[in-house]
Amino acid sequence: MSDTLRQEPTIVTKSLAWAVICYLVLPITVVVSVSLTDRPYLSLPSEGVSLQYYEKLFTSSEWLSSIWQSFVIATVSTAICGVLGTLAAIGCWRIGSGLANVVRMAMLIPLMLPSMIYALGAYQVWAGFGWVNTYTGIIIAHAMTGMPYVVITVSTSLAGLDPKLEQAARNLGATMGQSLRHVIIPNIRPGVISGLVFAFIHSWDELVIALFIAGRNVFTLPRRMWDGINEHLDPTMAAVATVLIFLTVILLAAEFFLRGKKR
Amino acid sequence: MRILANPMLRYWLLIAPALLAMAVFYFYPISHVLWMSVTLPEPGVSNFESLAASRSVQRMLWTTLRIAVLSTMISLILAYFVAYVISTVDERRRRLLFMGVVISLWISVLVRAFAWFALLRNDGLINQALIGMGLIDRPLPLMWNEFAVLVGMVHYMLPLAILPLYSGMQSIDPRLVAAARGLGASRMTAFWKIWFPLTLPGVFAASILVFIYSLGFYVTPALLGGGKKMMVAEYIKVQILEVVNWGLGSALATLLLIFVLVTLAIVSRVVDLRKVFGAG
Repeated sequence: MSDTLRQEPTIVTKSLAWAVICYLVLPITVVVSVSLTDRPYLSLPSEGVSLQYYEKLFTSSEWLSSIWQSFVIATVSTAICGVLGTLAAIGCWRIGSGLANVVRMAMLIPLMLPSMIYALGAYQVWAGFGWVNTYTGIIIAHAMTGMPYVVITVSTSLAGLDPKLEQAARNLGATMGQSLRHVIIPNIRPGVISGLVFAFIHSWDELVIALFIAGRNVFTLPRRMWDGINEHLDPTMAAVATVLIFLTVILLAAEFFLRGKKR
Repeated sequence: MRILANPMLRYWLLIAPALLAMAVFYFYPISHVLWMSVTLPEPGVSNFESLAASRSVQRMLWTTLRIAVLSTMISLILAYFVAYVISTVDERRRRLLFMGVVISLWISVLVRAFAWFALLRNDGLINQALIGMGLIDRPLPLMWNEFAVLVGMVHYMLPLAILPLYSGMQSIDPRLVAAARGLGASRMTAFWKIWFPLTLPGVFAASILVFIYSLGFYVTPALLGGGKKMMVAEYIKVQILEVVNWGLGSALATLLLIFVLVTLAIVSRVVDLRKVFGAG
């Protein structure tokens, strides 16, 4: 009904908006086309398309090892902040008082502060723990900075859930574990899944912390890309970037469908 | 066991692991930065004195502020058009536009910076094309300047601005504008007097989000500015990893931290911060 009432934007406004969207997706098209170039430098394909840089990527032990390392780090750190963040969001939701709101707010802080500040502190503190240049160091740092995504999406899901439902389960004799497992979690599954997807992408894509904490032993994918862009730039970078775009789109599509097409 | 019998305390047990982990592994490192800024190389405020005395630091802070304000303004204006169109077009187009926004929001920041790098370099795609067409004979200086930084930064910030703007516009009753038009208001009057004021909370939320993210942004300015137009995050990184001046680096980080926190504190009196950060 509302569509008929809405005022159609002028043609100028509409074309401007579409132009901005083109500007937004332009890098995707650029990266994909450059990755198919047949020339030895960053350029669009001239004589024809070639998959040589994908071949180079998937036979390079350096790139493959970074992809694998980033995958492991993102998976483990997502698992950590997924569990901690979900439980904390549920606790805050059930308490619902002033202090719980403060706690929930505090867990969003990593999203508000520039990661450079945290990277600096973590670098120094991790050095004391012997965690610099280790999986543990990066995983913990990524789990902490990924926490806000889980807390936000789970809290949003919980906002639509009636606390009486949980109360009823408890009154009927369910333990806290049972009510979590059978009543709360199934009802907020879409929020948890979105949180996990966003936390995963966050870790998978994180550079600033990795600049400080990653080293020879742990060289994440963003870190290798960073060095690649700054030092020895060739179209293999574009192939890596294309693979990353593809992966992000798949993850977002999965998130979209698993969440049940609701926004 | 009696403690566990209190239901509210049990729920605090759910919160405890996350809270404890955050305290030890997030807030402690942050406070360590503050500590270092007043203890390295010796106790006192000498780091802040040298920050205040250094012309190059002041120039860099000015650059940071200018680029952050500029990219906030440009992003907001462009985002407003997009959000406005998304909230007024039909369902099918809305989905298409929305998909473009969401995908670009989540595409790796490095991938995007790399794409601009490939486009804007002296021997990049734009210059290659222009020279190939015979329009210019020397490459245009598109990279390693403020222009490149703004192009890359606005690109990163746009989705962050569009989403809160759109969620604000979505909740506006379209009948209000229709009523104004029906009562004889011109298109422009209806927009400026009715629609625009109702979107102001969204504009405010989006500006804060984009401004704060711009201030501490590292990847894009570092890559596209090429060290010429250094912003604060890059300056801090250079101080720590290249100059190895922990005192000055952590003092700058402290300054940035205080600035962001004060901004957030002021803003939180006007809007709900959870809404600002929850939308992105």
